[in-house]
Amino acid sequence: MNKSVLMVVAGCAVLGSAAWLFAMGLTGGPEDYAERYAGQSAPPAQTAGKSAGEAGKAGEAASQPSPAAKDAPAKPAAPVATSAPPRSAIPDNEFGKLVRQGEQIFANPGQFASDWVGNDLSCQNCHFDAGRYDQTASLRSAWPMYPAYRGKNKHVNDFAERLQGCFTYSMNGKAPPRDGEVIQALQAYAFWLAKGMPTGEQPEVRGYPKVADPAEPPSYARGETVFQEHCALCHGDDGQGQKAAGGAPGFPPLWGAGSYNWGAGMHRVNTAAAFIKAAMPLGKPDLTDQQAWDVALFINSHERPQDPRFNGSVKETAERFHQHQGEYGKTVNGQVLGEHSPPSGTVPRSPSP
Amino acid sequence: MARLSVTLGLCLLFSCAFAQQPPPPAAGSCAACHGQEGQGTAAFPHLAGLGEAYIRRQLDAFASGERANATMKPVASGLSETQRQAVAAYFSSLKMAPADSASAEPPDGPGRELAVHGRWDQELPACVQCHGPDGRGIGEDFPPLAGQPAGYLEDQLKAWRAGQRPAGPQGLMGHIAERLDADDLKAVAQYFAALPAAPKESGHE
Repeated sequence: MNKSVLMVVAGCAVLGSAAWLFAMGLTGGPEDYAERYAGQSAPPAQTAGKSAGEAGKAGEAASQPSPAAKDAPAKPAAPVATSAPPRSAIPDNEFGKLVRQGEQIFANPGQFASDWVGNDLSCQNCHFDAGRYDQTASLRSAWPMYPAYRGKNKHVNDFAERLQGCFTYSMNGKAPPRDGEVIQALQAYAFWLAKGMPTGEQPEVRGYPKVADPAEPPSYARGETVFQEHCALCHGDDGQGQKAAGGAPGFPPLWGAGSYNWGAGMHRVNTAAAFIKAAMPLGKPDLTDQQAWDVALFINSHERPQDPRFNGSVKETAERFHQHQGEYGKTVNGQVLGEHSPPSGTVPRSPSP
Repeated sequence: MARLSVTLGLCLLFSCAFAQQPPPPAAGSCAACHGQEGQGTAAFPHLAGLGEAYIRRQLDAFASGERANATMKPVASGLSETQRQAVAAYFSSLKMAPADSASAEPPDGPGRELAVHGRWDQELPACVQCHGPDGRGIGEDFPPLAGQPAGYLEDQLKAWRAGQRPAGPQGLMGHIAERLDADDLKAVAQYFAALPAAPKESGHE
């Protein structure tokens, strides 16, 4: 997108906001809107982070005065948000209650949405800080992009259906009903986090930052070395993670029955490489691009729960659904991945020993 | 020597079977500050239930001086390798007593915020991500923080910042402490000190 287009878009946004604010000034605004944002202050300007520069530019563009703005009421149009609103801004009302419930589910689905979760993972294992951290596919960057067409199921998905997909694949569970509490709470939470994000515009911060192509094709053997040196401390020599004292969730399993299934986005080597490069090891993401690719291949060359779309034949399932950078259906260490998969959709999950 | 190894081996073997094994003679020097059962005292940390590998690593670091501590250096230096291992295995096998049910809830505030959520605009993970949701540790290498003396916890964070304690496996804690300021250290130390070291009702979680 070139600069002049950006200016026009930003100008329209200001114009639209000004007109809307004016209308709100006349009518007092819809009650639910006032309730929803009661007590919510504007998020503090972000001073650090990779997206600050870009977001800052958009913010400047949006704050340029336009002819119509002069006639609008004194309240200025909100700039594009540079971060999610602080937790303290969740309002103390019915809407706020739903938002908090959404955050709770997101942080600990095994406890708060246990009917729909079939493994030992949590949403925030891959979307840090309960979906707030912009380097790990934040919720505020996803919300404005739906409804959207998805190649994965070849139709337009709204946000509720997208969330259902997370449960079916990443959580190896079952899709909660779209009008039920779980999906409603998660939607409210995502909507609240996305305050100030332009709807339908590709946000700078979306998904995981792209990782450069590796100089060498990813290698299982090199990946195993990376894993033992950089990952095993937390995820275990066998990749099965570690429980906290008392059996509470600790470090997540990366393969096997307790991890994401063969239909989850993270089983793709490119997706895992991008996540690992941006975020792992936790708090000290210092792997090279090559190391990230190698260890992503190693992790995703282990058995995990079956693809829920499995039709009885690994070969056919692979041909139909796995035309991408994944290892499903390929032979690793003499075994075809997918032939010995634990079942998919194992809910309710019996507590792990 | 052989007899000691056999004894040690048996101790390790039976440590799971019996709630309490007899303390190795070398553990006698620990009790004055850390308590007979490793439950800690007002200013000194508890050792009961810490990872065996973790305790052993600390004893080695005290002896070598990498972890600077005037009290612990002579104690650790005075233990043979076998004795250090025996002491580590012993305290690791003990459990903390259930907390007094009247103990206060930990304070809400910046300490809790850091502990539970971290500070991701500085790429700082939450403490609980590695030390467990209740701060009671994960596995051998991530020790419990809950119920340790606030002064002790704060001193450790300061020591990492000052390079007076090894940064830990993969240098994780050294890297984290760099991003905490003096107020953070105090707040987060107070938060974990206020948490119970063991669940309030034993066996009920």
